[in-house]
Amino acid sequence: MSFAALFFYLFATVTVASAFMVIAAKNPVHSVLFLILAFVNAAGLFVLMGAEFLAMILVVVYVGAVAVLFMFVTMMLDVDFAELRDGFLQYLPVGALVGAIVLVELVLVVGTWSFGGAQSTVTPSAPIPADVTNAEALGRVLYTEHLLLFQAAGLVLLTAMIGAIVLTLRERRAGVKRQDISAQVARGPATAIEVVKARPGEGLSEGTV
Amino acid sequence: METLLQVLLILAQSLALLVALLVFIAYILLADRKVWAAVQLRRGPNVVGPFGLFQSFADLLKFVLKEPVVPSSSNKGVFLLAPLVTCFLALGAWAVIPLADGWVIADLNVGILYVFAISSLGVYGVIMGGWSSNSKYPFLGALRSAAQMVSYEVSIGFVIICVLLCVGSLNLSDIVRAQDTAAGVFGWYWLPLFPMFVVFFISALAETNRPPFDLPEAESELVAGFMTEYGSTPYLLFMLGEYVAIMSMCALTTILFLGGWLSPIPFAPFTWIPGVIWFVGKMCLVFFMFAMVKAFVPRYRYDQLMRLGWKVFLPISLAMVVIVAGVLQFTGWAP
Repeated sequence: MSFAALFFYLFATVTVASAFMVIAAKNPVHSVLFLILAFVNAAGLFVLMGAEFLAMILVVVYVGAVAVLFMFVTMMLDVDFAELRDGFLQYLPVGALVGAIVLVELVLVVGTWSFGGAQSTVTPSAPIPADVTNAEALGRVLYTEHLLLFQAAGLVLLTAMIGAIVLTLRERRAGVKRQDISAQVARGPATAIEVVKARPGEGLSEGTV
Repeated sequence: METLLQVLLILAQSLALLVALLVFIAYILLADRKVWAAVQLRRGPNVVGPFGLFQSFADLLKFVLKEPVVPSSSNKGVFLLAPLVTCFLALGAWAVIPLADGWVIADLNVGILYVFAISSLGVYGVIMGGWSSNSKYPFLGALRSAAQMVSYEVSIGFVIICVLLCVGSLNLSDIVRAQDTAAGVFGWYWLPLFPMFVVFFISALAETNRPPFDLPEAESELVAGFMTEYGSTPYLLFMLGEYVAIMSMCALTTILFLGGWLSPIPFAPFTWIPGVIWFVGKMCLVFFMFAMVKAFVPRYRYDQLMRLGWKVFLPISLAMVVIVAGVLQFTGWAP
């Protein structure tokens, strides 16, 4: 067995096991940690397939940013575990139904793929050139052929971002003191310092200070 | 048989790099304390060995021989996992860092992304440590740290994009080779991309929780932040991970802006000096700046930190990406 196969089985096993633990773990923070483990192992699988750019982006975006915020929220949740357990039987039929549908669909897809000899109806628009790295190949396709879709996807994200800002924006209350950086930086000796001559024995009178 | 030999060779190389790195870290730690002391007109550690040279090793022994205390209400698995995560991730980044031409364990096509990904994972050690301690100060420290590291990663990402636009490759060795011009020190990217160099340096301080951005462990407010409940070896791993991360940030600064292993004066007697010496020298220079900042600058307040990251660095770096891309495109310098 080659090293690549060995690593494939390692990453695949850990991915599936940790994905299972995401739903099996009792503590939600543990769930998120297992989710992160699953992401990292999925990135490992991408590397084995030769898609190192996708692997790194998966780690940077999902593990490094999305899952951090996810964990951030989960950590601060005040979860009552007993209450969570109560709803289990109530939601079981719905959950079982969804699970069964997904299972059937997966079996159908994998079945036609491996036994039916299904041919992909989509042909790659251009062969991947052998002499460029896959980051470059991806960039070429993304910024030339699919530029419009790429920009549209960016706009969708922008809309989501503006939506989040609008939802959380509050009117500023009057009378709250805030730091005005430009005013602080613009302060010079002329506006900040007052030189006062104090005579010995006399001190300063009220008016001079 | 041949693959086995290859694996053994890589293992031996990794081991050599690790040992060299850890010994180097021991002296970097000492240098940090010495610089800090010198700025404050103190002597710093000077008792263990000549000039205190064995101080770090004495500290190592002290930490290892202490009893590790795990708080009874903590989440034990995660509590012990957190320092390991911090330390291993920080060490893992060194796999792709080229110390000299060809002196790299894994010459990845996406080396810079790998380092970026690893450093973005570093926040997990802090969050896990803070949460699993089940105590208020560590938790507050972890929350601060998560927000801080995610914020400054954004500007680091844009700085890296600027450099990548000039190089046209994600490979760390290629980034260094792209700076190999007849102009020597003036051909490195610190000069044409000077604003980005400054932004990167400051963001690196924030990303590694160095002063003045050491809010996750601000001792005046949070005792020791996310490390409050840690002691002995787990604490040692946290500290080691932090310093290794600092050194990899220094190495990254060297590679991106200071020409990696290249000689600053690109002709004969200077180019004979092995690249690794230049590399380590430049890394020490960057670290000296890190240490001086620690000694000089008072700690930022939390809102100032967030303002700097989101309202100053993000617009500047975003504008620079557009400017650099525009200049490269319209002058035809794009690789």
